[in-house]
Amino acid sequence: MLEIKNLHVSVEGSEILKGLDLTVDPGEIHAIMGPNGSGKSTLSHVIAGRDGYEITGGRIIFQGEALTGMEPEERAAKGIFLAFQYPVEIPGVANTTFLKEALNSIRRYRGEDELDAMQFVKMMRKKTEELNISDDMLKRAVNVGFSGGEKKRNEILQMAVLNPSLAILDETDSGLDIDALKIVAEGVNKLRSPDRSMLVITHYQRLLDYIIPDKVHVLAHGKIQRTGGKELALELEEKGYAEFDEAAA
Amino acid sequence: MTKTTSPLAFVDSFDDERTGLPGIDLPWLKTLRRDGIERFKGLGMPTPKLEAWKYTRLKPLEDTSFQPVTDEDGMAALDHVPSLLPDPGGRPRLVFVNGRMRPNFWIEGDLPDGVHLDCLRDVLLRAPDWAESYIGSLTGEDAAALVQLNTAMMDTGFALRVDPGVIVETPIEVVYIGGLTDRPVAYFPRNLIVLGEGAQATVVKHHVGMGVGAYFANAVTEIDIAQGARLNHYEVQAESRDATHLGAVNVRVAKDATYDSFTLSIGGRLSRNEVSVRLEGQGAHAGVNGAYLMRGSEHCDNTTRIEHLAPNTSCREIFKGVLDDQSRAVFQGRIVVNREAQGTDGHQLCKTLLLSTGAEIDAKPELEIYADDVKCSHGATTGQIDETALFYLRSRGIPEALARNLLVQSFLGEALEEIADENIREAFTNKVLHWLPAACFLSEEWRDA
Amino acid sequence: MAATTETLAQVQEMADDKYKYGFVTDIDSENAPKGLSEDIVRFISAKKNEPEWLLEWRLKAYRHWLTMPEPNWAKVGFPAIDYQDSYYYSAPKAVGDGPQSLDEIDPELLATYEKLGIPLKEQEMLAGVAVDAVFDSVSVATTFKSKLEEVGVIFCPLTEALEKCPDLVKKYLGTVVPYTDNKHATLNSAVFTEGSFVYIPPGVRCPMELSTYFRINAKNTGQFERTLIIADKESYVSYLEGCTAPMRDENQLHAAVVELIALDDAEIKYSTVQNWYPGDENGKGGIYNFVTKRGACRGRNSKISWTQVETGSAITWKYPSCILQGDNSVGEFYSIAITNNRQQADTGTKMIHLGRNTSSKIISKGISAGHADQTYRGLVKMSPKADGARNFTQCDSLLIGDQCGAHTVPYIESKNKSAIVEHEATTSTISEDQLFYLRQRGIPVEAAVALVVNGFCREVLQQLPMEFAVEAQKLVGISLEGSVG
Repeated sequence: MLEIKNLHVSVEGSEILKGLDLTVDPGEIHAIMGPNGSGKSTLSHVIAGRDGYEITGGRIIFQGEALTGMEPEERAAKGIFLAFQYPVEIPGVANTTFLKEALNSIRRYRGEDELDAMQFVKMMRKKTEELNISDDMLKRAVNVGFSGGEKKRNEILQMAVLNPSLAILDETDSGLDIDALKIVAEGVNKLRSPDRSMLVITHYQRLLDYIIPDKVHVLAHGKIQRTGGKELALELEEKGYAEFDEAAA
Repeated sequence: MTKTTSPLAFVDSFDDERTGLPGIDLPWLKTLRRDGIERFKGLGMPTPKLEAWKYTRLKPLEDTSFQPVTDEDGMAALDHVPSLLPDPGGRPRLVFVNGRMRPNFWIEGDLPDGVHLDCLRDVLLRAPDWAESYIGSLTGEDAAALVQLNTAMMDTGFALRVDPGVIVETPIEVVYIGGLTDRPVAYFPRNLIVLGEGAQATVVKHHVGMGVGAYFANAVTEIDIAQGARLNHYEVQAESRDATHLGAVNVRVAKDATYDSFTLSIGGRLSRNEVSVRLEGQGAHAGVNGAYLMRGSEHCDNTTRIEHLAPNTSCREIFKGVLDDQSRAVFQGRIVVNREAQGTDGHQLCKTLLLSTGAEIDAKPELEIYADDVKCSHGATTGQIDETALFYLRSRGIPEALARNLLVQSFLGEALEEIADENIREAFTNKVLHWLPAACFLSEEWRDA
Repeated sequence: MAATTETLAQVQEMADDKYKYGFVTDIDSENAPKGLSEDIVRFISAKKNEPEWLLEWRLKAYRHWLTMPEPNWAKVGFPAIDYQDSYYYSAPKAVGDGPQSLDEIDPELLATYEKLGIPLKEQEMLAGVAVDAVFDSVSVATTFKSKLEEVGVIFCPLTEALEKCPDLVKKYLGTVVPYTDNKHATLNSAVFTEGSFVYIPPGVRCPMELSTYFRINAKNTGQFERTLIIADKESYVSYLEGCTAPMRDENQLHAAVVELIALDDAEIKYSTVQNWYPGDENGKGGIYNFVTKRGACRGRNSKISWTQVETGSAITWKYPSCILQGDNSVGEFYSIAITNNRQQADTGTKMIHLGRNTSSKIISKGISAGHADQTYRGLVKMSPKADGARNFTQCDSLLIGDQCGAHTVPYIESKNKSAIVEHEATTSTISEDQLFYLRQRGIPVEAAVALVVNGFCREVLQQLPMEFAVEAQKLVGISLEGSVG
């Protein structure tokens, strides 16, 4: 599904990722944990193709294809979805309009027929019921005036609609209280499937109580420092990231 | 249209060798004066036909024949100086009467080394080369008519120079007293404020009328703020009710430097404060604020222009006004963001309360923007005292007149808060309180509440 | 107007891929001689069999026009107009005498309207919008006449109205925009050639949207239409106006005048989608759209609402305004202006509050891209008698790219203490975050820009009648093509 080899990334001239290796197989959930400033968000942005990140070495292979040089919308069409840490507000654009535009753009790219208004509404009704999301949220402008929890649920709804093969959850737990966290995690778990991989990026272990990962990686100083099972997350919770600071020092 | 005949007697009788003019033996200054008068004649006195003067007509200059002040006017008797700041103590203060510096009232104060404060006449004697390099450097050759007029006629003023790194803690006060003469006089202050790198200073200017005579003050202040320096520039315009006050302030702000100003206008038959700020270096900031309180048939015009010329510069502008009787105010505020000035943050607000039928506000807040990565906004409102708030206060037992005063005071508060220095803010607030109808002064306990 | 002319073929070639409405219709036109003089004014008046009073009025306007300087206060730049290098009357020959029904119209002309998306024939059959189509200087068809006549609504070319109801025309023409108003309106008063006339009788709610499509086809032609709409007591009308022009290298002048009059309790809603040819990427060619639109709320409780979507023209100079005379009358101005490439627009409104408790609302959304320059210019005036009057203005600008300009110049004049004026303006850009977010969801960059801009304009788009809103939304996207990336 996703294969990252010796990835070096610079932002405004300073190197953030310094030879990162990562392989995610279909259906797997991987957690990336690490201290602040370790390059977690850089990793998610560089996979999604955001401007301003310069790949100075290494490769990102997604479903057998190198992503380098691809526009963000092309990557989205190929099945990469990034759930943002801070979902962006788009005033005046209704959530449904936005989702329909996104879904049909992806379908066009893939050479599939676009959904007409009726088909789309039907599909949306199904998705919102599955995820327990109220219609009201669809009518409002994208993320405008949404609470922290609503914004994250909106991200999960978008994921359900766009049906990606790789979902990256960037600090999805940030700014959520425990109830909101449970609801969001529940949504994510409903979307687990054998042909969908997920990359869960988080600073804290608590999200992993609800989304159980197959593998946990520790990212520090621009590299994966350690890889283990879900128990590694608990160990980190206890000991913190201090040992990795020393390792680098 | 013939522009050569001016109702201004002093223009017709312009004489660059008139006795009493400062710097009379400096050839460069003579040239400057002559160019100034020629350009002024070419431009003519501004009229409402010019967009910048759409709302202000210089009527008093049309129907009164002002004469330049003489040394004799400057010797008018004065028993006390109307200082803005209480108890000057060791605080430096310069006093001008009818446009002439009065050495007997000069307090040198405890200024640190590296601070040079002089009147224009003395600086032209002591440091003519320095003066030459600054006079006219910010107004430029293509300045507007009234600046040209000042350049030709400048007969008074002060110069403040602060060396790099010097921080002046005490505010420096400059008092211009007008009206103490029985004939219509005109005077033309030219002020220079130059702050070296990292320097800091606070200047408080008080233009105040003490007599009842008609007079005309045409002031120009040029301010140069070097990298990382900061100038706080506060001014009260409390000219007498027959006075005409036309002031222009031109400011250049370098990298990471700050210009912060507040102009309180509470007097004058006709006043106009023109402020022009150029934010030339990255990270430069300007705060241009003010308040205007007018009554009778007073007319006050605040015209500002803030130009963002470098990336990541910012400005903040708040003007508030209260107009009673048949008074009239004009606010023209323009923020210009040049193509290079990406990352600009600009905010402007102008609010006016009309207290009476017959009062008039004309506001023209302008944004002129050529860069895309900017955050700029402006707002303007006009209206009267909120009846609901008034009723609320009265229902709590506060007499109506007092309630009105309280609401006016609270309305002006948003602007006065922009004055960072607590003592000066208090002095300005007092000025506002004294402007309010006398019958309903707030008692001390109210004031604290 | 510059006289550089290229071959038709070249123009056509360019038309095909960029400006959808840029085709030229190959029809014989009957032109008056080039240039402007009293004789031309008399020629136009005679062509239209006008009454003597109107000719006199035109001549007064023409003489006054000669004494007027060009207005120079707007923030637009263009070479001086050579008024002698233009035709002031151009009529498609075959319809010179005025068509009686659609069947008499040159099929070529009808085909033109179809290309424009106004299939007149179909429209007459389907219930919907009544259309008056103005081609160069002559009105070619007014659909739905009979249905409107049933309820007493008069909707016809102005020339026809002079025969049908001369008293109404004489009573109201020039009472909102006097012939001395401004250089462009004065020129229009002297040489106006066509336009629509609408009269809604007391108590009538016009049963359908009325619509006019304007098109400039002939070369070196100015278009000077004049529209007059009167809503009598307790009546209502919604009026739509659309405009296109072929692509030509020379600039063409469009100096129209629109006058609206609303009597007691009447309401007029006037919507415009202006998509005149804007010129090419380098600013060559395009329409000079110098238009005077003004409405008078003469009656108590009357309402006039302007909605405009301005995407075309090389230069737009336009301030649809309301004079709020009647007590409790309401004025509204909703505007979207998009300028791209080398377009210039100086547009806004004037709200003149004269009556008590009058209120006005201004919502302006300006989008500037490419090398374009755009200015919002608006006046809100509270007269001493406008007790309890209110205005709210929201004026937002969006800049796309670092070579364009967006300016806001509001004039607020209040002489009434009980009047409340609130003005807010913001300037911003489409953020990188917004674009990345949309693109991450699979939306291509140009569609993402169009989506954000449509969201930015939503408040105004909502004001448009359905069929116009869809067209306008598409135009927003098309107008900004190539502005990002």
